[in-house]
Formats: sequence, structure tokens, C-alpha cells
Amino acid sequence: MSDMRILIIEDDRDTAAYLAKAFREAGHVADQANDGLTGYDLALEGAYDVAIVDRMLPKMDGLTLVGSLRSQNNETPVLILSALGQVDDRVKGLRAGGDDYLSKPYAFSELLARVEALARRRPKGAPEETVLRVADLTLDRLSHKVTRRAEEIVLQPREFRLLEYLMQNAGKVVTRTMLLEHVWDYHFDPQTNVIDVHVSRLRAKIDRDFDAPLLSTVRGAGYMIRDGAR
Amino acid sequence: MTALGKLFRATAFRLALAILLLSAVGAGIVLTVIAWEVVSVVDREISQTIDAEAKGLIDAFNTGGLDTLRALIEARKREPNASLYLLTNPIGEPLAGNVQQIPAEVLSHPGFLPIEYRANESGGRDRQALVGVYVLPYGLRLLIGHDLGDRGRIGAVMTRALALSLIFFAVLGALGALFVARRVLQRIDDINTSAHGIMAGDLTRRLPVSGSGDELDRLAEGLNEMLGRIAELMEGLREVSDNIAHDLRTPLTRLRNHAEAALAFGGDAASYRLALEKTIEESDALIKIFNALLLIARAEAGGDVGPPQLVDVGEAARSVAELYEPIAEEEGVALIVRVQGPLTVRGNRELIGQAIANLVDNSLKYGASNRGSADAEAKPDVVIAAERIGGSIVLTIADRGPGIAPADRARVLDRFVRLEGSRSRPGSGLGLSLAAAVARMHGGSVELEDNEPGLRVRLTLPAADPPALPADLVMNDRNAR
Repeated sequence: MSDMRILIIEDDRDTAAYLAKAFREAGHVADQANDGLTGYDLALEGAYDVAIVDRMLPKMDGLTLVGSLRSQNNETPVLILSALGQVDDRVKGLRAGGDDYLSKPYAFSELLARVEALARRRPKGAPEETVLRVADLTLDRLSHKVTRRAEEIVLQPREFRLLEYLMQNAGKVVTRTMLLEHVWDYHFDPQTNVIDVHVSRLRAKIDRDFDAPLLSTVRGAGYMIRDGAR
Repeated sequence: MTALGKLFRATAFRLALAILLLSAVGAGIVLTVIAWEVVSVVDREISQTIDAEAKGLIDAFNTGGLDTLRALIEARKREPNASLYLLTNPIGEPLAGNVQQIPAEVLSHPGFLPIEYRANESGGRDRQALVGVYVLPYGLRLLIGHDLGDRGRIGAVMTRALALSLIFFAVLGALGALFVARRVLQRIDDINTSAHGIMAGDLTRRLPVSGSGDELDRLAEGLNEMLGRIAELMEGLREVSDNIAHDLRTPLTRLRNHAEAALAFGGDAASYRLALEKTIEESDALIKIFNALLLIARAEAGGDVGPPQLVDVGEAARSVAELYEPIAEEEGVALIVRVQGPLTVRGNRELIGQAIANLVDNSLKYGASNRGSADAEAKPDVVIAAERIGGSIVLTIADRGPGIAPADRARVLDRFVRLEGSRSRPGSGLGLSLAAAVARMHGGSVELEDNEPGLRVRLTLPAADPPALPADLVMNDRNAR
């Protein structure tokens, strides 16, 4: 997915400029605001696909900004960026109305993946798709059946959720921490390459016996499932 | 504020004064009651004496007639300390006796009553007496009275006693109040001085405890405990900053060296790229160390981690085991979970999960290393077991690795300690200390034991005591094997 309109509200001008440049290079449109009030006005006016909000901002802090947006019925997806990375800070950020939370410092690839995942969220109230498809791979969320080319693939419950999350974000990069958060509901760093091992197991089940691989590794970023991977 | 002003303002002084006032009032009441009782006893005795005397005189009248009675009265009134006597005819004219003036109505009411009278001899001053009036045959009236001088003297004694005791109370109470207030003030001043000393930076100083075990001692002890805890936290903080200084400087230096080397020796785009990649790698490692250190410091400071949730340790163990199961399989280790639930604790799911994950990660990293060793019997299993023992939830993670020598066990829980032989493996040396910090934060502990062979890590957390679940809802993995 490209050509998203992204609003970056960040008081550090260097960081904001770097992010804007990086997002533009990734094919998106990025605007900057350097304080909370300007950011708030921009977010209300412009129809942005995603807003990236630093938690500590001059004039209006990040959490207040998000809360005010939500009270104005502005549902722009918000990713909160913060130097406060403790467990309860994340909870506070999400409770204030943020859709995702990333603590500084972060890898840009991580931020990009999360921003793209946020922008592609279905609008509120839209029915959830019950069947996910990528090429000839089908995942039925109701019957919990996964088939590829009419051949059923038996998955463990956790593998099913892993594949489900990847397919929900088909065509987009999904990072290891995103997988850990959404599939295992943990936000810590598991120290070892656990996620890689789980993904390679899943890959063995869905890709090994087929000539067209769907699940690919994106170097330095994470994983992506899409038609015609590699 | 002057010293005297301070003294008068002291709670102890005011309290002592109030007690003094109350005691004085109490003493007054007691003395008044005693005086009143004594007076009524004296009155009763006097009236009994009068009654007895009257009985004798009336008997004499009955046997000897009026002349005998008059003679007897004349004789009696000359005795020293004589009672008062007055015999009158029915119209109140004196026939005999030693009383000059008496109110007329006194004689018309038989019975006892106090009167004022004037004695013959002294004539001057009116005196007080208790008199009994008796009616004799033919309308004669006989009055016998006893002077109440005794009673007056008793009253005077009592009044003097009251005054003396009040003075005594006042002096003693004032002295006591001064003493108590000065003593308390002195000790509070001592405590204050110490507190200011501590505020000025001497954190090793403690408030004085007199050893008497009184409330000021208890207060000082409580505050000292608090100071001890604060000093501990400060020490922990200092240690953290020392460690941060030490352990972040090394990778930071490495980071700088990479960048410097790339600049200095230049080269093609590929070598620049390599240097940059290395730089990012190093900074990522730094961030990880930094995060772990912060978390440990926060945990050790007893920091707030948000509202506690109910966390099922068994569930957490299962989910962590599931997360690490593929790794275990790669290492050729069987990861076995034995959980007997419910094992609910109150805490932070995220942190407890991370603690368990660190322990499992360690077991898989170091515990699987004896494959192919001499002890072929020992299978490289890692067993995660959780059960409730009394009021605690105990989670053990046991491996068949080389274990840790008893001497090193306490040490490895410290930050950044990596034993020889593990330095070559990836890791920051923070995994165990983080687990220990999380346990402490939840009021629990981490202990290392010998698994004969191998290492067994025991994580103990206080149980939350949730309402018991029906037995059939409790998952029991004991049979799973």
C-alpha cells in the first residue's frame, strides 16, 4: 500500500524531518507539526490516514491531543511515539485513544510497518471478513480451516493465529514485535529468535509443498505474506 | 520562638497542665466529700450524746420532780466544758440553765437543730451549737445543746488541707509538666536535628532511639526503617548508575570505534554499509540493555507498574513454553510443562511472562549443553512445573545442564554477571537479575538449586487466593506425559 497521507507531530525537528523524508521515500505523503496545538489543528483539518504523535509535546501533550481528537469524533488512527517505554506507559497511551504505541528508539522499518498496518485497518463498523485469501491460500476464521489449492493444511492454534495475522496484513511488512504483540499478546523482547522459528515452522506447512512461496522474509524488517513472494 | 514560648507551646506541657487542673479539681471533690462525711458523723455523735444526757435528766425529773432536775442542771452547768442547758416553763420563761438568749421558736419544735447562742459567761460572740429540744410533762421544755466548735475546727482543718494539697498539686504539677515537656522537647529537638542532618546529605545518620520503648522510640524506629529502605533504594540506584556507566560504556566505545574506523579507513560503499549495519546492531543491543536495566531498577525501587491484574502463573508458563517450544525442539530438548492449577497471583502479566521467558530462555541456552557428555543417562529435558505450596505459587524450571556451583548462585542474580563459559553465548547477563527483580517486585523471590545434575530455578510468588474454581475446570497437565 502506498500513497498514504501521514501526519507527523514531533517537536524534535531533526527527527520529524528524518521521518518525513523516510516516509516520502517509502512512497507516502508526510506533513509535519512541531507542537501539539498545530498538530491538533492539522489532524482535525486534513484527512490523514495515520497520525504519528510524540508523547511529550510543547503546548499540548500527546495523550491530551489524542483524547481531544477522539472527543471530536476524529477517528484518525494514531500511533504514539514515546521515550517512556514502560509497561504502564503503553497501557496509558492506548487507553488515551492511541491505536498503537512505539517506544523510542525504534527502527524505522518497525515504525513503517506499524503505520502501514494502522492505515489499512478496516473502518469502524465494517463487517469483519470471515475468509482471508492470498493467492491460492485460504483461511476460514469460522471453521478454522486453512486450505491451499483445495488441500487442507493442519495448523496448531498458535500457528493459525500467526497465519491469520499475516493474512490480515497481506502485502504489508509485519515485524517480529508486531507478531509477538498480536499473536502472543506479549510486549517484551524475547531475547532469542523465537518468532523466526515459529514463522519458519508455519512456512514449512504452507509453502514447502508448493512451488510458489507466499510467506517471505523482509530483510531487516520482518515478514510479509503476498501473492508471488520472493 | 523563645525557649519558654516553645515550652508553653509544647503539647506535653499543655497536657501536663490539663492533667494538673483535673487532679486539683478531683482532690477538691474528695476533700469536700470527706469533710461533709466527717461533719455528719460528728453531728450524729453529738445528737446521740445529747439524747443520752436528756434521757438521764428526764429520768431524774420523773423520779425526783422539778427540783431535782433543776439542781442537776445547776450542777452540770458548772462542770468544765459543760453542755448548754435550758429548762423553761410552758410559756418559755427560763427555770434553770446556762443559756441567755434563744429564739423563741426553737423551743416550740422538739427535735435537733443547729442554732446560734450566746453563752452566759462570755456574753460577747454568738456561738454555734446543736441543740435537742425535749418536751417534759406539764409543758416543761428541756433544751440540751453541744457546742459545735469541734465541727468548726474539723472544717478548718479540711479547708487548710485542701488549700495545702492544691498548692502541692500546683507546684508538683508545674514541675512535672516542665520536666515532661522539656524531656519530650529535648528528644523531639534531637530527632529534628538528626532529620536536618539527613536532609543535608548524611544518609547514614539515624534518628536517636532512647531505648525506653515509648511512643517516641517507636516513631523514631519506624522512621529509621523508612530511612533504611530509602538508603537501600539509593544504593540500588547508585549501583545501577555504576553498572550503566560500566556496561554501557563498553558497547558505546565499540559503536564509536566502528564509526571512526569506517571514516578513517574509508573504502568502498560496501564497507561503509557494513560499518553502518554494525553500528545499528550495536545500538540495538545497547537499547536492549538499557531497557532491561530500567525495568530492573524500577522493579527494585518497588515502582508502580499499573493496577495489578490476576495472573495465572500456570497459564503464563504454558504460553511461554509454547512460545519457546520450537526453539527447544531445535536444540533437541524436550520442554515439559507440569502445571497444577489454579495458580493465580496478583501482578503484572507482562512482567511475570517476561520473567518466566527469561528463565526458560536461560535453561534452553545453557541447560541443553550436556548433550553427548559423560552422563548419558540425563536427558536434556527442561521441566517447567508450577504448583501451589501453602500461600505461595511456586514455579520451577529445571534443566539437565552443567548447573551453577553453589558459590556462584547468589552472584548470578546480580546484574551483568556472566559466568565463565557463558560469555561466548549471546546475552546481556541481565535475564536472571530481571527475573529476580520481577519476583521481588511482586513480593516473591528467585532461588537457584541443584537439580542433580543441572540447575533448578525456583520462582516463588505470593498467591492471590482467588475463589476456588470447580475441579473440572482446572487443567491438569500431569497426565499429559
